[in-house]
Amino acid sequence: MNDWTPVCRLDDIPRLGSRRVARPGSADVAVFRTADDRVFALLDRCPHKGGPLSQGIVFGDAVACPLHNWTINLADGCARAPDAGCTARFSVRMEGGQVLLDAAELRTLALGAFVPQVA
Amino acid sequence: MDTKNLQTPGEMTASDPGAQRLKLVVVGNGMAGVRAVEELLKLAPDLYDITIFGAEPHPNYNRILLSPVLSGEQTIEQIILNPLSWYADNGIRLHLGKTVVDVDRRQRVVVAADGTREPYDRLLIATGSHPFILPVPGKDLPGVISYRDIHDTEAMIDAAQRYAHAVVIGGGLLGLEAANGLAVRGMQVTVVHIAPWLMERQLDETAGKLLQQSLEARGLKFLIGAQTQALIPGQDGRVMAVRFKDGSEVPADLVVMAAGIRPNTTLAEKIGLHCSRGIVVNDTLQTITDPRIYSVGECAAHRGIAYGLVAPLFEQGKVCATHLAQFGIGRYTGSQTSTKLKVTGIDLFSAGNFTGGPDFEEIVMSDPYGGVYKKLVIQNDKLVGACMFGDTADGGWYFKLLREGRTISDIRDKLMFGENNIGDVGHAGHSKAATLPDDAEICGCNGVNKGSICKAIKEKGLFTLDEVRKHTKASASCGSCTGLVEQLLMFTAGGDYSAAPTKKAMCGCTDHSHADVRKAIVDQHLLAIDDVYRTLDWRTPNGCAGCRPAVNYYLISSWPKEAVDDPQSRFINERSHANIQKDGTYSVIPRMWGGETTASELRRIADAVDKYRIPTVKVTGGQRIDLLGVKKEDLPAVWKDIGMPSGHAYAKALRTVKTCVGSEWCRFGTQDSTQMGKDLEHAMWRMYAPHKVKFAVSGCPRNCAEAGIKDVGIIGVDSGWEMYVAGNGGIKTEVAHFLVKLKTAEEVLEYTGAFCQLYREEGWYLERTVHYVNRVGLDHVKRKILDDTEGRKALWARLQFSLDGEPDPWFDFEKAQVDLRQFQPLAAPKESA
Repeated sequence: MNDWTPVCRLDDIPRLGSRRVARPGSADVAVFRTADDRVFALLDRCPHKGGPLSQGIVFGDAVACPLHNWTINLADGCARAPDAGCTARFSVRMEGGQVLLDAAELRTLALGAFVPQVA
Repeated sequence: MDTKNLQTPGEMTASDPGAQRLKLVVVGNGMAGVRAVEELLKLAPDLYDITIFGAEPHPNYNRILLSPVLSGEQTIEQIILNPLSWYADNGIRLHLGKTVVDVDRRQRVVVAADGTREPYDRLLIATGSHPFILPVPGKDLPGVISYRDIHDTEAMIDAAQRYAHAVVIGGGLLGLEAANGLAVRGMQVTVVHIAPWLMERQLDETAGKLLQQSLEARGLKFLIGAQTQALIPGQDGRVMAVRFKDGSEVPADLVVMAAGIRPNTTLAEKIGLHCSRGIVVNDTLQTITDPRIYSVGECAAHRGIAYGLVAPLFEQGKVCATHLAQFGIGRYTGSQTSTKLKVTGIDLFSAGNFTGGPDFEEIVMSDPYGGVYKKLVIQNDKLVGACMFGDTADGGWYFKLLREGRTISDIRDKLMFGENNIGDVGHAGHSKAATLPDDAEICGCNGVNKGSICKAIKEKGLFTLDEVRKHTKASASCGSCTGLVEQLLMFTAGGDYSAAPTKKAMCGCTDHSHADVRKAIVDQHLLAIDDVYRTLDWRTPNGCAGCRPAVNYYLISSWPKEAVDDPQSRFINERSHANIQKDGTYSVIPRMWGGETTASELRRIADAVDKYRIPTVKVTGGQRIDLLGVKKEDLPAVWKDIGMPSGHAYAKALRTVKTCVGSEWCRFGTQDSTQMGKDLEHAMWRMYAPHKVKFAVSGCPRNCAEAGIKDVGIIGVDSGWEMYVAGNGGIKTEVAHFLVKLKTAEEVLEYTGAFCQLYREEGWYLERTVHYVNRVGLDHVKRKILDDTEGRKALWARLQFSLDGEPDPWFDFEKAQVDLRQFQPLAAPKESA
């Protein structure tokens, strides 16, 4: 069972932008909003060198990492070819203009220190 | 012709996945046909059932690398591009060893020699070329072969083990590679060439003779101008000698016919497709006779040309694939080609019109004893041809200049000495990639060594610079090692690496160039990114991280006060008004007018460093102070506490104005350079531009502010100011060009502003002033700034209009559209019970 908890309203996230949800002691979670108001959530760490994906440019269904421009798919958190690697994906739900994340996932998912992939 | 017009009821489209797939049959399993299929699979993997016929019994291999196989440097296995598993993985039905003999165009069925029949909806003919066989008596004797495929190569390797004498007919690219390979395998080789010098279509006479000398030094013999009359059989029926028109003979146990190739149009002619020096195709690679039938590669004649090099074939494949995928947007408009000989140890390069003539200028460097010869052919201040022997490290660079058609007047005196002479860093001054060890670092930015580049090229089948950049990151950052990477491509893949569209698309979202986009914005008064994408038929709904910032810049620079800036289309640094660092923190560089500061500013900076626990404080090269490691949450408070204007060190905008102390203090100073610098900075700060812009002002020609390597450098002399433009201290150190000498400070402001505005209006996004001026030519800048007084004043006025009322983003958040929500993370929900 999911433990849905609101983190913000849809309007709190800029279109083609994102917000980050702080998790004290571990990496933030980035919540993205596409042009057509779909919402995705990923660990705020690029699988390449840990860049904060929440700071990237959002386009289509993807975000470009601000550090080295890897393109990460919002739906599955995986880098587009020829780059390879995935970051953790978090469940999101929309309900009456509210964006909800799964509290259990926030508590348990991807808590460890980020280890960058060796290129 | 558009595919849509061809659709009959029952045919499916890309958006109709449930229906039966269309059938694509490819005749020809070579590099051109298979490349088109690869491109198609990338675009529309599920649109077609694909069948490929190959006359040879091998999967697709790199025909260009037959020469290294012949000379024993590589094996057949190493040159296979698509193993059989690739066909299986992509669901392609492969008919190997089957020659297609007929096509019923009415029933749309392909027929092979063994009776195999395959129906098609679309047919791609990529039958390549035939060797040209001299029509002389004895041409069919055993021991007489051509040089075209694996079979021929194996026959040559076999003959070299059993026989002594070989004659190669034809001293072109192919013939010389064959001759060299046979000689390496121990045969005594004579090359017969009818023209007055070797490779006469690729080299001028001097280079051709130099080539002959160096091949003679390797033991090859040449009969230049000899006309073959007959091939004479021995008692065993195998060829024994070649006889010439003058009655002389040379012994020959093996004769290789390499006197040129002809497009293989046998099938096309039989089925009634119009052929004229190849199968005639239009710009979408459809045959002009039957739009269901496409043709690419050496067999296709596009605008009268059948290309025999790999880059054009790949460009054709790409366009053909987009059309087959029903994205009917690509057009193939022809290619420029260059040539390189693949004989290890002989460096030779030619491109364009290397012959020259009365209407051309030539720059020649000739050192016959050292074995080095270079000729550059110039017309109307542009490089139109190059021919090089012995030192070809700069071939790629010359080819680039030639394709871009940029004016070379400003670098004419240095042109002959190559790109390195213009000064670049990051690869230890290497210029000959082939001789480097595998662990030599090629790309200093991304730490990529030669071994890993070569490995990626081989294993992933890379052919173009772009592909190498994507897969290895080599040459993907600063680009100074591009020449070396191109050499490695040539040497490893044998490819003609330079896929060379004359017009470069802005990004993968469009075929439009930067010029097209800006023109549309200006001409059609477009004010929003969405309007641009709609008007220009962008392929993606909201662009990508490459095009959005560019389009945003073109909008706000073309229509100041009208177009609305879109922060979500700016790179993070310009959205958060600070520089992101590798750990996700930011750096803050406040503006210090002309590099001058005060005790109270320094005190406020020191207090902020303590209060926000900022780990590093560094003096920058631009005479400012950099606070590194600031948490994003703290940025607005740090700006407020410091109370100094934004330094825009994070933006494509005016950054620093570096000054020396000048006449106020310096015993040598002739002008008040610090004041001049401050005035320039006050007049032009907040100026967004295609890329970052740096100024410097020195008070005397000792030039302590290093004004010679800045976008605009001002140097005080006793009688006024000298103005220099388009210098650069980065990857390629380029000394600024002298533009004009001015008398007053007002003039310095006007001319500097006019130059900046010209760059803002004409520079491509991410193009520094040095590259902009190189592209348009210094003469163009002089005409606009020096010769046209009204134009100059108008440029300066437009810049002032743009900057008037521009906010400081560190303080006027609303006007600068700074979204303050970004600085506040959302709180994680409370622990639920």
